[in-house]
Amino acid sequence: MRCLAGGYGSSMSQQQGTRVPGPVGPISHHVATTLRNGGTSVPPAPEWEGGSIITSHDAQLGLWMLYELAYRGFEDVPDDREWDPDLIRLRRELEDRFETELREKAGPLAERVADLDEVGDQVLAMAQHASGVSLSSYLRRDATRAQVIDFLRERSVQQLKESDPQSFLLPRLEGPVKVALAEIQYDEYGAGDPARLHQSMFADALGAAGLDPAYGAYVNDVSAVSLASANVMSLFCLNRRLRGAAVGHFAAFEASSSVPSRRVSAGIARVGLPSAASAYFDEHVEADAVHEQVAARDICGGLVELEPDLHADVLFGAAAALHLDALSAAELMGRWADNALMERGAAS
Amino acid sequence: MKDADVRICPDGPVLVRGATTVVDQDGREHAVTRPVVAVCTCERSGRMPWCDSTHKSIVRPALRSAAP
Repeated sequence: MRCLAGGYGSSMSQQQGTRVPGPVGPISHHVATTLRNGGTSVPPAPEWEGGSIITSHDAQLGLWMLYELAYRGFEDVPDDREWDPDLIRLRRELEDRFETELREKAGPLAERVADLDEVGDQVLAMAQHASGVSLSSYLRRDATRAQVIDFLRERSVQQLKESDPQSFLLPRLEGPVKVALAEIQYDEYGAGDPARLHQSMFADALGAAGLDPAYGAYVNDVSAVSLASANVMSLFCLNRRLRGAAVGHFAAFEASSSVPSRRVSAGIARVGLPSAASAYFDEHVEADAVHEQVAARDICGGLVELEPDLHADVLFGAAAALHLDALSAAELMGRWADNALMERGAAS
Repeated sequence: MKDADVRICPDGPVLVRGATTVVDQDGREHAVTRPVVAVCTCERSGRMPWCDSTHKSIVRPALRSAAP
């Protein structure tokens, strides 16, 4: 039996090695300072300077830090900062801008499926018809070893806490909808076998590719969109009013996983990385072929049956997932094309 | 033991809950290792008998818009 020690409010997280990341701008600097010192001893939050919050590394890193208080916490931050009113106020300001931009930019994707009746069919059709470049096809056929590793690094922020945001959704759902989500979560959490815990399988993949498998190791290195892709799940799953968007996001995410996972696994094998690096993706080919059906039909369909008013938000959540996925693919493909141009320029 | 529960997904796989093995058309047994499995119905999966979502790239107009 373990003995517990420590007083009220003063306990620090025991998570090894996760410390507050270095700030990259005024917002993340403000968040980092407030996390360490509390709200009373720091100046007010900086004014938002405008522009896209989805592509602001500073704002997304700040939001990621604020959300982490609900997950693993930080070694150098007292745990009770999770409910610090100043931090909550700042989080809500950032969340409002994030949600507004997502509704504006991703929302219209839902209009394309207006002719289908069932919300589950609508979400699956949205994922099926998601436009944009196919990152997974490129990874399968053409990517260099360095690009495959770059891809794994970018995905690390969201995959190392895979399924954790959706666990916050469970108490907000009822009856068969709750049962369906719990069934998927059980599978995501290893179906009774710690070796099959998906987030650990991703850590193993990182290690096999020569990357640091530690939680949060790359938050300063990944793009704003990679942070936004992780943050959007917290936005939807930590705010009960957004439960419709949360299930829509989840279903679209699962529905854009099985086929791409097969391609990514083939790409990992093609560039000669060890099989431990592709095992995570192999697992997701079969797992997500199941999950996409259950998530779309039982979770999205079930929730809209119980709460018809949430129909539009379910589609918004799916659109948000697909929009960020497309942005991420375009960003990575663009980065790799630029690198190739630079290498060609240096060689000539 | 509870009987297995089987559900057909339109244009998709068959979801099976509560089974311990699935026997394929050649008589081989495949162990079920997750709470619910998706069994391929399009016969194009690269991981038979399990669904790998290959059905998404197959157009099955007969199921959707059969002429009267």
